[in-house]
Amino acid sequence: MNILVCVKRVPATGGRITLTADGRDIDTRYLGFTVSPHEECAVEEAVRIVEKHGGSSTVLTLGPEVAGEQLRDAMAIGIERAVLLETDGADWDPLATAAAIVDAVRALEAEGETFDLLLFGNEAADTGDFQVGIRVATALGRPSVTGIKAIEVADGKVVARREAGGGGWEVFELELPAVLAVKEGLNLPRYPSVPGRLRAKKKEIVRMTPLSRAGGPTKERLRLPEGNESTVEVIGQGAAAAPAVVELLTRLGVLGR
Amino acid sequence: MILAVVEHADRRPERLSLEMLSLARRLGAEVGEPVEAVLFGAGATEAAGQLAGRGVSVAHVVEDDRLAAFAPVAWATSIVQLMTARVPSIVLAAGSDRGSEVMAHVGARTDFPLAANVTDVLPGEPFRITRQRWAGSLLEDAVLDAPTKLLTIAPHAVAIDEPATGGTAASAAAAPILEPFAPTLTEDDLRVAVARRLEPDRSGISLTDARVVVGGGRGVGSPEAFSELEELAALLGAAVGVSRVVTSSGWRPHSQQIGQTGLRIAPDLYIACGISGAIQHIVGAKAAKRILAINTDPDAPIMSVADYAVIGNLHEVVPAISAEIRRVTGR
Ligand SMILES: Cc1cc2nc3c(=O)[nH]c(=O)nc-3n(C[C@H](O)[C@H](O)[C@H](O)COP(=O)(O)OP(=O)(O)OC[C@H]3O[C@@H](n4cnc5c(N)ncnc54)[C@H](O)[C@@H]3O)c2cc1C
Ligand SMILES: Nc1ncnc2c1ncn2[C@@H]1O[C@H](COP(=O)(O)O)[C@@H](O)[C@H]1O
Repeated sequence: MNILVCVKRVPATGGRITLTADGRDIDTRYLGFTVSPHEECAVEEAVRIVEKHGGSSTVLTLGPEVAGEQLRDAMAIGIERAVLLETDGADWDPLATAAAIVDAVRALEAEGETFDLLLFGNEAADTGDFQVGIRVATALGRPSVTGIKAIEVADGKVVARREAGGGGWEVFELELPAVLAVKEGLNLPRYPSVPGRLRAKKKEIVRMTPLSRAGGPTKERLRLPEGNESTVEVIGQGAAAAPAVVELLTRLGVLGR
Repeated sequence: MILAVVEHADRRPERLSLEMLSLARRLGAEVGEPVEAVLFGAGATEAAGQLAGRGVSVAHVVEDDRLAAFAPVAWATSIVQLMTARVPSIVLAAGSDRGSEVMAHVGARTDFPLAANVTDVLPGEPFRITRQRWAGSLLEDAVLDAPTKLLTIAPHAVAIDEPATGGTAASAAAAPILEPFAPTLTEDDLRVAVARRLEPDRSGISLTDARVVVGGGRGVGSPEAFSELEELAALLGAAVGVSRVVTSSGWRPHSQQIGQTGLRIAPDLYIACGISGAIQHIVGAKAAKRILAINTDPDAPIMSVADYAVIGNLHEVVPAISAEIRRVTGR
């Protein structure tokens, strides 16, 4: 099983988001960077499948040079190889991103290795476009399914499950090679070990230059949604607050009988 | 013409599809175009019949036996064929799991851009949309330039309009004209379909339906200490939900996670214990009517979205609340 996982570098925002003065971006000056939890699970799953069935694992990102940090994070937990589609850091829309990933897959496969499985996050943490994986799958003519929270590989097939409300599941069976967009909960990602981190640091990153093409919606500005802010009423301190809380529960009509 | 992809279950249109239709109807009135719907699979005819008063002129019903099980590509192919036949200016669906997936396929097939999780549309030239980013923590104003505009509508961002009834506007109140639509489907279109379903075990209160949710975060400290939250939840008929720190520590299953990469809850009261209130958590609890925060830190970010707070150690506060409920109710 040869697996390619696609991840996207995003700022790790905390309690609130601050925008740049022109309102076009998140002010990331004081923020660290990460990938979506969905993608962390995709990375972990690739490592597990290769541990179990053999094969190779590759992580790919389209982004600025500093996105190498996220590629090394993936290699630190066991991904073998990393590919950076290097940009100048500007936004890439989902059509352009998908086209660049398709070009990269074709170029890598032209060197002899085919990817049995391409793993994507269900949606990127920042833009939440819900589409790059499907666009890549469609361009490559490979079957795809989204929202996946369980994967089993056997006999040239992948059995993938997604939640269907109320605790039920929908089961899909796809011929390989296939494309899956996965969600957090697929597995519990391991923490990188110190030797893992050291190994990742020394590994080479394959660099490619993607061709840009304009596509998706054109951003004009970002803004924070209104509302939600509230004035909090502190109803008590410590255990002594219990009677006040019970009074509140009664008042809100949630202390059912 | 505006084409709306309507999902249904148990022969009724889904809630998120009704939200989407409210936006579609408003858009139709603004641009002076009729809204037509497309519905798939068994029960589509009955569900289409329930769209009376929602501003849908024609409902295209695809009741192909091969679509008995959900097949995302086959849905998308059908929509693309309807687009060729009816030439809509806008195609939209709910930003549900299925709606998002099918519209992404439509986008991939047509090579048109797709604006996901739209909350508002300003039609015209240029065609402007507002959409959610970071699961709704941020909004983006953008311009969509495409021959046909493809949109998904963010869940719970648009209120459902009351259906038009009798007298005043007979046409608006009318049920849509049903038109069977028979797409041409190939093997390839049917390659990906639900092979089987695993039924839910219906034990316990579902987090998404619960009237009260007791939430636990890192402050709970250990998997064992969740018994304190469970006791309170049992007394309130509440469901237990958690933050990501809790699931990624392996204390509780991910199916209980609230937030951007977990569930969206909409209870009357959310009791958030030992949860700091990171924005990715809070987007999952936006629809809660009231939030009560129990936290040792009076300056935790959760305080800016909570309505009520108890400042203190949850290991003391939560058991004290349970004891007081027992005392007051005699349970
Ligand atoms: C892309 C992305 C997606 C994410 N998706 C989600 C998501 O879906 N859901 C989610 O929850 N998070 C999500 N996160 C993570 C999120 O950013 C936070 O890291 C997480 O919500 C913090 O969890 P917490 O509040 O339990 O922990 P902390 O932030 O560590 O907060 C613990 C709180 O407990 C309080 N406390 C400690 N001890 C006690 C005590 N004894 N009594 C009372 N209070 C106490 C502390 O004062 C503190 O406020 C996401 C992050 C990213 C980057
Ligand atoms: N810049 C990128 N580099 C690599 N993968 C990406 C990039 N953008 C999106 N993806 C992948 O596509 C998934 C879905 O993204 P989106 O359609 O933008 O929500 C993400 O979870 C990633 O797996």
